[in-house]
Amino acid sequence: MTDLLAVRDLTVTFRTRHGAVHAVDGVSFSVRRGEVLGLVGESGSGKSVSLRAVTRLLPAFASVSGRVAWQGEDVLTMPPERLRRLRGGQIGMVFQEPMSALNPVLPIGLQITESLVAHTDLDARARRARALDLLDLVGIAAGPTRLAQFPHEFSGGMRQRAMIAIALAANPALLLADEPTTALDVTIQDQILRLLRGLVDELGMALVLVTHDLGVIAETCDRVAVMYAGRLCESGEVGALFARPRHAYTAALLQAMPGEGTRDRKLLTIPGQAPRLDAPAAGCAFAPRCTLARPICASGRPALLQVAPEQFSACHAAAELAA
Amino acid sequence: MTALLTTTDLAMRFPGRRGFVDVVRGIPRPVVRALDGVSLDVRPGETLGIVGESGCGKSTLARCLVGLHRPNAGAVRYQGTDIATLRGGARQAFHRQVQMVFQDPYGSLNPLMSVGAILAEALAVHRVVPPADIPRRVQDLLDRVHLPAAAATRYPHEFSGGQRQRIGIARALAVEPKIIVADEPVSALDVSVQAQIINLLQELQASLGLTLVFITHDLRLVRHLTHRVAVMYLGRIVELGPTEEVFATARHPYTQALLRAVPHLIPGQRRRDVAVRGELPSPLAPPPGCAFHPRCHLAQPACSAAVPALGLREGSWPVACLQADRAIIHSSAVAANTPSV
Repeated sequence: MTDLLAVRDLTVTFRTRHGAVHAVDGVSFSVRRGEVLGLVGESGSGKSVSLRAVTRLLPAFASVSGRVAWQGEDVLTMPPERLRRLRGGQIGMVFQEPMSALNPVLPIGLQITESLVAHTDLDARARRARALDLLDLVGIAAGPTRLAQFPHEFSGGMRQRAMIAIALAANPALLLADEPTTALDVTIQDQILRLLRGLVDELGMALVLVTHDLGVIAETCDRVAVMYAGRLCESGEVGALFARPRHAYTAALLQAMPGEGTRDRKLLTIPGQAPRLDAPAAGCAFAPRCTLARPICASGRPALLQVAPEQFSACHAAAELAA
Repeated sequence: MTALLTTTDLAMRFPGRRGFVDVVRGIPRPVVRALDGVSLDVRPGETLGIVGESGCGKSTLARCLVGLHRPNAGAVRYQGTDIATLRGGARQAFHRQVQMVFQDPYGSLNPLMSVGAILAEALAVHRVVPPADIPRRVQDLLDRVHLPAAAATRYPHEFSGGQRQRIGIARALAVEPKIIVADEPVSALDVSVQAQIINLLQELQASLGLTLVFITHDLRLVRHLTHRVAVMYLGRIVELGPTEEVFATARHPYTQALLRAVPHLIPGQRRRDVAVRGELPSPLAPPPGCAFHPRCHLAQPACSAAVPALGLREGSWPVACLQADRAIIHSSAVAANTPSV
């Protein structure tokens, strides 16, 4: 099966007054048609920057290298006109803060049809009909009234639904969602995640979901890529990876989560804190906090190796974790 | 067991905002009922969780408990005394016994004071130890929250989020309180750091015999940490019971919905249907009767007629639902295909 999106050795460096910040450091992953890939990591792990680099949405002071292939076509060297048709056309985007991603002075209807004007040949009447269909698709009732309303008249959950409607306007083959439910309450998060999963199954599109919540990954994704300090630790099928993590960071993270059955024990803690990104570690970025670290972890950067049929890990202790 | 801290029929209203046109038209200022008839007790040595979604009043309740808000009606009693009647030394003594830890440790630490000065100030104001002993006590406190001794001479901005929260906890501990009210203390922290703070709170509770009131929106943390849990919805407590039992057999349809909505950590157990339909109503215009009835699948006409009181309703812990008996039956019917948190 060919990959819809293939990211190879993606590296993003921000040049700042205080020196270079290595936000993404040699990350590779791919997205297949119709699947949900989760990109999970803590703050500063580079998950959102990776997502933005895919559609070249980073500011000018970011230097991006590596290869991003959209159905075989190189996105990083794509001419601007072609890139414009790709963004919002074949690749839709949903952001964490719908209030800042939506235009506050334009009615929702106009913001949906704007995307239809840019990416389809529909006439005005057909655009309105499509906009109503889209609202219905994302579960916004009273479509005709809602089209005329402004973002501030929508609740947080409804705004996120409107954002999704805009992203879906041009029938994308891939939806990129950057922490779409982080700002929402748990019952609303549940509604939005189920909506996204339902849309993937119904429309056959693929979804990349960026989140910091392993629960969201377990509930929503088919495959997952775990990031730490700008690097990819581990990727694989969700069931296998949660059952048997093969990177020391993933294993520790899963044990640090409170929940059922943790009541009578202490949570596993990961000592210390995430490293600074201005001086990348020579070895594994997680080594200073890792309980399984050995001498090689400090000096040699582990390569991402296949450890199981559907699982890749960049950890010198991968074999030990399998036992 | 006598309660350490109790609230009875606590009500807290905040004036809402109105636009210029409404002012000219003489439309009265809207009122947000942040708390509406909240009664609970905090027992010595326990960890009480207060959980709910945004706007449910949990943070307002926390602030009332420590005396930062003066409620519009009802009372907060500490060891039997209404804290609104406390003056002077008695009020200071109350503040010393009931301390708060805030969500944003950066916003609640003075950026111009070194960590040592922040801790020393608390020790001096409350005259916890003689002035000569303050430096030694500061070191003890830093040690208690696992910060290096050198932290005393540094400033809040030099620390990470997790370390700042340790400083916030050390400051609360400085005055040797009986109760710590922690308002979302780990919500701003990453999972790996969150676990350190949670373990620290548990460790301190065991070694110092602290009573903890833990405000959070995170049900996984509630389950891990608390002995009892109060579930709030739109300014009211809808269910209040022993944590393990509430998680096993929640009696209020809202509690059940909340528990279903938490993403589970075990892949392959997905539901297709949503945990609960609809959105949180506006606290400016709460629905009549039970505030949850517009979203509730068990709602009957009676549910919109009057606000159901928090009562035992033939169970062993209080719940504010007219349909509580039906809710349990319904919940056990769906439990077959729903994993727990």
